[in-house]
Amino acid sequence: MIHIANLVKKYGEVSAVNDISLEVQAGEIFAFLGPNGAGKTTTIKMLTTLLKPTSGSILIDGLDPLTRSSDVRRRFGIVFQDPSLDQELTAYENMDLHGVLYSVPRMARHQRTEYLLKLFELWDRKDDPVKHYSGGMKRRLEIARGFLHTPKILFLDEPTLGLDPQTRNQLWTQVKALNAQEGVTVFLTTHYMEEAERVAQRIGIIDHGTIVAQGTAAELKQQTGTDSLEQAFLELTGTSIRSETATGADAMRAMAAMWQRGRR
Amino acid sequence: MVIYVLWLRQIKRYFRSRARIVGSLGQPLLFLVALGFGFGPVFQRAGQGNYIQFLTPGVIAMTVLFSAVFNGIELIWDRQFGFLKETLVAPVSRVTIMIGRTLGGATTSVMQGLIVAVACVIAGFRPSSVMAGAGGLVFMVLIAVMFTALGTAIASVLSDFQGFQMIMNFLVMPIFFLSGALFPLVGLPRALDLIARIDPLSYGVDGLRSSMTGVSHFGLPTDFAVLSVLTVALLVVGSRLFSKIQI
Repeated sequence: MIHIANLVKKYGEVSAVNDISLEVQAGEIFAFLGPNGAGKTTTIKMLTTLLKPTSGSILIDGLDPLTRSSDVRRRFGIVFQDPSLDQELTAYENMDLHGVLYSVPRMARHQRTEYLLKLFELWDRKDDPVKHYSGGMKRRLEIARGFLHTPKILFLDEPTLGLDPQTRNQLWTQVKALNAQEGVTVFLTTHYMEEAERVAQRIGIIDHGTIVAQGTAAELKQQTGTDSLEQAFLELTGTSIRSETATGADAMRAMAAMWQRGRR
Repeated sequence: MVIYVLWLRQIKRYFRSRARIVGSLGQPLLFLVALGFGFGPVFQRAGQGNYIQFLTPGVIAMTVLFSAVFNGIELIWDRQFGFLKETLVAPVSRVTIMIGRTLGGATTSVMQGLIVAVACVIAGFRPSSVMAGAGGLVFMVLIAVMFTALGTAIASVLSDFQGFQMIMNFLVMPIFFLSGALFPLVGLPRALDLIARIDPLSYGVDGLRSSMTGVSHFGLPTDFAVLSVLTVALLVVGSRLFSKIQI
């Protein structure tokens, strides 16, 4: 379903992604793990047509995102690391707008919105503006929205960041249920190793822009001679802390955090 | 359909954020009251007639300008923390998104302009003819679309808000102050006269003034032609830059 061969992304001299090759099968849940700044988000951006690779090839359901971007976009849903809901609109309006953007027919749009909002336990609050939602509810809404146009692939970029264990647990249960029911391929990133181990069938670990290991959780543990995925991860990527270069986005993230604290 | 829902989204947002509606009316109303009534007597004595009558088109242009540029520049924020990303990964062309956004932003700017126009009438402004409203509306729309497109173009190449203050102080403020919104463009020093002729808002203010009060500097056809050409040009440039956004 996702085919990546010798993918490279360079910013000037620096390689954010350096020659990675990956294969994700249809219906699989694949966890893409790595320390901060390892190249996870950059890879997702290239897979989802937002960023042009420097070299290498990508096929999404057999299609090249560079030349068939609209067809590729119709085939995936995505939950970004930073929020992308319209805070002033209600949950229902956010869903409906998404449906229009993906040209889902009116009837199907209504039915599927109702089904998904009920599944993610947001139906009772569907007419409330999203700005009054808790962090967990917003996350659930974003994921529900990602499923609205029945995509073949769902990308989840750190969807559980900052959520409490209850919400995280529930969220993955729902994602797994939809994966089983609709056969949607899930490509996720997370920093919570136990989540990756529980949810994903296969795991790839990226560090400094290259893939250092891939396989099932059991294989990774065996390969490194450790007894938890977290230890295996540290074994593979080292224990030093990564300094991510500060970008404009980081500065704005800090501003957004302050702004939200101020309003509470 | 997509353009319509994107437009509708911005109209909904506008009506739901009352604080912003009220907040952004403060500045133009202050200009109207402080300058309009403050400079009124001097203006009268200089033989230029009623200053409120002169200033109203300028204050309306100012409202539309600021609101439009801001609507465009909001994109910077939206790109990281907002709905923009959702639209950028959707199977919809970038040009469609840009047009929907621009029309939505322009519509809300025109609404702001209309509210200020009503306030001006309350403050004593009297339009010259019954057609004044229609002509004024045409120019408000042109100013709104042009500067929303400009804001979008600028926001497409900025990655954060650090350049925002610079844009305000070195672009938007001069565009407003040197446009003839506050003073007649007659008998100015040569340099200032030249700048006013280059300033696109001069033609917007003049078009508004000429359709609302019958007094014109450049002439209505010139105003309309210059604004139309620039609006189309900025829409094209804005779409180009918007299409190139990578996040």
